[in-house]
Amino acid sequence: MSAFPWQARVAASIVKKRLGDKRPAVAHVPLAFEGEALRYSIVGGAIEVELFREPCNEIGTTMLSELEIVARLLQEDRHEARALIFYSSVKRGFCAGADLRELYEGLIQKHETKVAGQLGAIKEKLEIASEVRTFIDRIHAVMDAIDTAPITIIGAIHGFCFGGGFELALTCDVLVADKSARFAFPELRLGLVPGFGGIPRLRRDLGNAVVRDLLLTGRSVNAKRANQLGLVSQVVARGEALKVARMVAQQAARFDPATTRAAKAFCKPFPREELEREKDLFIELLGSPVVEAALKKFVESDSVRPYLP
Amino acid sequence: MERAELNKKLIELAGKRFKQETTGLTATDDFFDKLGIDSLQAMELLTDLEDEFDVEIPDYELQGVTTFEGLSEVIERRL
Repeated sequence: MSAFPWQARVAASIVKKRLGDKRPAVAHVPLAFEGEALRYSIVGGAIEVELFREPCNEIGTTMLSELEIVARLLQEDRHEARALIFYSSVKRGFCAGADLRELYEGLIQKHETKVAGQLGAIKEKLEIASEVRTFIDRIHAVMDAIDTAPITIIGAIHGFCFGGGFELALTCDVLVADKSARFAFPELRLGLVPGFGGIPRLRRDLGNAVVRDLLLTGRSVNAKRANQLGLVSQVVARGEALKVARMVAQQAARFDPATTRAAKAFCKPFPREELEREKDLFIELLGSPVVEAALKKFVESDSVRPYLP
Repeated sequence: MERAELNKKLIELAGKRFKQETTGLTATDDFFDKLGIDSLQAMELLTDLEDEFDVEIPDYELQGVTTFEGLSEVIERRL
């Protein structure tokens, strides 16, 4: 195994600069929020989080910063909501995953500022590992906060729910998917594994066989199949997921909050150790030249078919 | 279902999905070029096909498939 995990930790202590660390200075988390990637408000006792960043809600530093505000809202009791709904108003889908262009540009920027020689190469590697770890730690903190929130979290899914988007969906308690929804972990095509907590959460909810099938083939499954697997709670007609999610939220809100909190804690164990190992594995793999070559191909391709396996 | 019938059905479905006139489309046409779609839109068509024929088609079986005839072949394996 590579020494990346310890390298990353050493680097974290010596490299202060962070890749796109744009966290806004929010003193108090607002009860309604309008950002560049998402907006939320409290509607009928449920927090409704609308993702609206084109082309398909890619998770980069902007989306992350705003998801952090949602995570902070969940950690406060001030909102008095009994459920939260994630949905997307972007036509193509819920979320297509991590912002690969931003990731690639970050790596390229590092090459451009690289100091010559072997020491320069080591320093560059350490800096990349450190900055990626910072991002990964932040996104994991967000996903963990959603996963363990004491209220019922509902995902209303349509279209693409790939990679990091699938990982966000996996933090939800109940998924309502319309017939256009497709779920996939395409990360192996890039020489990576999911890095936002997806494997431990999918394993927790559905088991190893499903993880292997989706991860090792990169294939996508539709809403019906996801429902058969137990991932999706309800499959609804195209365009109806949010409406149905709201009904789920209303139903969840009828129960005693303390009981909901206790029930959720009991039936949704938090896979802490595995999440930590996933972070290390992701950062280790990201150091491989395979990843950079795959990202380059993806970002620089002008083909209409870059997503095909 | 006969291959020709299947091809016809696929062309109809694609026309409906992308709101395009299907007159003149043939089974050997490259649907990316003819319909002007990208790979993400091809995935939308895949979802329609799975729904219509009640089959599950792994994405990797569509690697290199660009014609309706090719799509028919993949679907036939599962009918």
